[in-house]
Amino acid sequence: MKIGIPKEIHPGEKRVATTPEAAEQIIKLGFSVLVESGAGLAANISDEAYKEVGVEIVDNAKTLWKSADIVMKVRAPEQHPELALDEIDMLSEGGRLISFIWPAQNEQLMQKLAAKNATVLAMDSVPRMSRAQKLDALSSMANIAGYRAVIEAAQHFGRFFTGQITAAGKIPPAKVLVIGAGVAGLAAIGTAKSMGAIVRAFDTRPEVKEQIESMDAEFLMLDFKEEGAGAGGYAKTMSKEFIEAEMALFARQAMEVDIIITTALIPGKPAPKLITEGMVKSMKPGSIIVDLAAEQGGNCALTEKDQVLVKHGVTIIGYSNLPSRLANQSSQLYATNLRHLLTELCPEKNGTINVNMDDEVLRGTTVIKEGKITWPPPPPKLSAAPAPQTEAPAYASVKEQQKSIVPKSIKQFMPLIIGGLVLFGIGSVAPTSFMTHFTVFVLACFIGYQVIWNVSASLHTPLMSVTNAISGIIVIGALVQVSAQGFVISILAGLAILIASINIAGGFLVTRRMLEMFRK
Amino acid sequence: MSQSLVTMSYIVATILFIFSLSGLSNQETARRGNYYGMLGMAIAIIATALSASVTSYAILIVALLIGGAIGARAALKVEMTQMPELVAIMHSLVGMAAVLVGYANFMDSTITIGGVEKTIHEMEIYIGILIGAVTFSGSVIAFGKLSEKISGKPMLLPGRHWFNLMLLIAAFVLGYVFLQQVESGGNAIIPLAIMTGIALIFGVHMVMAIGGADMPVVVSMLNSYSGWAAAATGFMLSNDLLIVTGALVGSSGAILSYIMCRAMNRNFISVIAGGFGTGSGGEAAVVEGEVQPISAEETAQLLLDAKNIMIIPGYGMAVAQAQHTVNEITKLLRDKGKKVGFGIHPVAGRMPGHMNVLLAEAKVPYDIVYEMDEINEDWAHVDVSIVIGANDIVNPSALDDPNSPIAGMPVLECWKGETTVVLKRSMASGYAGVGNPLFVLENTRMLFGDANATMQAVLKALKG
Repeated sequence: MKIGIPKEIHPGEKRVATTPEAAEQIIKLGFSVLVESGAGLAANISDEAYKEVGVEIVDNAKTLWKSADIVMKVRAPEQHPELALDEIDMLSEGGRLISFIWPAQNEQLMQKLAAKNATVLAMDSVPRMSRAQKLDALSSMANIAGYRAVIEAAQHFGRFFTGQITAAGKIPPAKVLVIGAGVAGLAAIGTAKSMGAIVRAFDTRPEVKEQIESMDAEFLMLDFKEEGAGAGGYAKTMSKEFIEAEMALFARQAMEVDIIITTALIPGKPAPKLITEGMVKSMKPGSIIVDLAAEQGGNCALTEKDQVLVKHGVTIIGYSNLPSRLANQSSQLYATNLRHLLTELCPEKNGTINVNMDDEVLRGTTVIKEGKITWPPPPPKLSAAPAPQTEAPAYASVKEQQKSIVPKSIKQFMPLIIGGLVLFGIGSVAPTSFMTHFTVFVLACFIGYQVIWNVSASLHTPLMSVTNAISGIIVIGALVQVSAQGFVISILAGLAILIASINIAGGFLVTRRMLEMFRK
Repeated sequence: MSQSLVTMSYIVATILFIFSLSGLSNQETARRGNYYGMLGMAIAIIATALSASVTSYAILIVALLIGGAIGARAALKVEMTQMPELVAIMHSLVGMAAVLVGYANFMDSTITIGGVEKTIHEMEIYIGILIGAVTFSGSVIAFGKLSEKISGKPMLLPGRHWFNLMLLIAAFVLGYVFLQQVESGGNAIIPLAIMTGIALIFGVHMVMAIGGADMPVVVSMLNSYSGWAAAATGFMLSNDLLIVTGALVGSSGAILSYIMCRAMNRNFISVIAGGFGTGSGGEAAVVEGEVQPISAEETAQLLLDAKNIMIIPGYGMAVAQAQHTVNEITKLLRDKGKKVGFGIHPVAGRMPGHMNVLLAEAKVPYDIVYEMDEINEDWAHVDVSIVIGANDIVNPSALDDPNSPIAGMPVLECWKGETTVVLKRSMASGYAGVGNPLFVLENTRMLFGDANATMQAVLKALKG
């Protein structure tokens, strides 16, 4: 099958849906790849680079759309500015399209695609499960957006991120607040941290606390109990009281921090308004707000999509195309995501795809199958999320209680009591000659206990072989009997000497051999 | 040689033995300790041979020479991977020697004591032979299991606990009959012989019921038994040197068994009772997800980019004979200024400290080989950890899945590091038959293939 990669036509879009590296792999799957001339230029990929790996360069978009069996894009289809033609119209009847679609927001687009009897896979609808991670384009793009958000902030911020003490005076480190610790938030935390800033982060899902702290950032706690995790690992809308407590926290933080990066999104809903105009006013002049939710209306009340504004002395950055501002990197990751999707679609590596609707990943990603709208998919079975474990330990402890009939306090003393009784029993009947030996025995056990605990764990094997050797001391017993009267006794004793001396020689020599090996 | 001089020699030998064990507290003093042990043994044997009670030297010298030669040959020939087998078979020899000495002592009619002392003496013989026989047959089975001549699977007879109890009661009853016979001057050797048979069966049955994963405990437990057998012989012969040495060895084995049980979070009694993983709480969580494979070249790149590398070897590494390749990789990386360490779980390998010996054999310097407790806090600083031939000792479900058969066992928490590369022949569960969620974690990469071959490939890529 032929896979076509058109040039992106959305204003400001610099990404491209495949790179030479990815194309090479796709060709290995048995496909042939067509790329529109100049498609990769904005991402610093020349037509020659594609040609080198065996990609066919097609001069214009019309031919490309017509000859391709599968079209892979970044943005959803839209009106072509030069050809005055909608991309959907160029898609052949019954064609296949893989790109970002956003089916919830683009109902009209979906209808049009369905009318074309197309099969459409939406990269924004990849289900969130561990098996699908390698084709999760939202995550890979969010990662880039988080990184770029910090870079954009640094661009407009008038100071260092890192604190320094120089001859010209002390420089305090910048304080960064990241709201929403999803993929983008975590990437932003990591980037800001590595530039030397003090980073704080907030999220409604308490389980991300550990992730935030593992990156050396501070997790802002809200003294309020409410689970923020919705289906599929995304956040959900919180109660009114929670939001009030949250807003109070942000208001306090706004006065203190230099940079706020907001990434709060709830799937299928406008972005929650978290930073009010009042908070912006309270920020220090020269502060920065980077709003990664600008596409969905913004987390800050003053954000305007794709604009950089200065209001009340605060720069508010509302770029919605941050991944495109790192075009080469994001093209690489997106192309790899697409390649993984193709691998899933073409398990036999024969260059034809099979949209297997029984496969959970492909079922979720496919939004239109042969003209039938299949979105939204049935809710995925959660496999990655651990089952709640509050029940199990309780069960175990109940079981344990059932097991022991004897109360715990008595149980602790049981060995002591039994030991005491045994010693008493022996002491009451044994003759003195036995008791002297017994004294030696008990003392030797204690010496053994003290000495052995000091043995280094790495020398436990030599310990065992040397104790093997010295337990060959039993030879002494045989030695004193070998001269006793009686042929049978002599034979038994002689045999015992033979056996014990195997132990002695073998044990000591093998220990020596091992110890010789331990070298610095 | 006078009796006092012999006793004095024994005291010196005892002290030398204690030195030899305490020398093992670190690698520097260990070698000297071993020589102390040899010296002590030589003094003890010479003093006894020269004492008044020994008159016939022919058998003595011949037996010593033959035994010594066999032992020396075994010590020089044995592969380090076979150490557990050697140790197990040597335990069985101690057990057998105890049985032989016990019988010889029983038949010796020259001993003239009477009353309670005689009863106690006969009891000592009886107990000495009992422990010796259990040690002997148990160790032989352990040897068979370790050398894979016998299947490692636990053999679980129906009602095995009752069977054990029955044997125990029989041993008690026979002991009583034995003492009666001795008192009345009857034929006491018959109950003694029957008891020996029972003890042998008991030893076989006990070790047969223990699963392969519990072998480190069994080996150290038999080590302990061999010590107690020697101590019992000491009581029988009223010989303090034997008592002290036996007690030293016995407590050593007991402590090793305890350490092994703790490292596996297993109750000693339940290990001895046999049957691994039976009667656990509920269904263990099923491991789901997809593994992310990695190639040898990518692994090499990962290693070159890392600063702090930790290698977690398991017995699989020794089986694949990969330790020498691993050592070369280690050397290469250390020359490039990287920090490379080895993390050893107490039950890695098939007996306590086995992995350390295998690494030492491959000339890995012992000062970069760390115990689990030394490093388990530091995983956050590790860039790449490589798991070679290990499975259960790096299984996160031991910590977070209360229904896992290995729940509660301390493990090396390598997943807390940046990236973990797991070398594995194919996707199969470990010795304990437990699925491992580590393999599907986001920061885990699987390197499939024979451990030695893949490590060779990594080495080549590192050089190239």
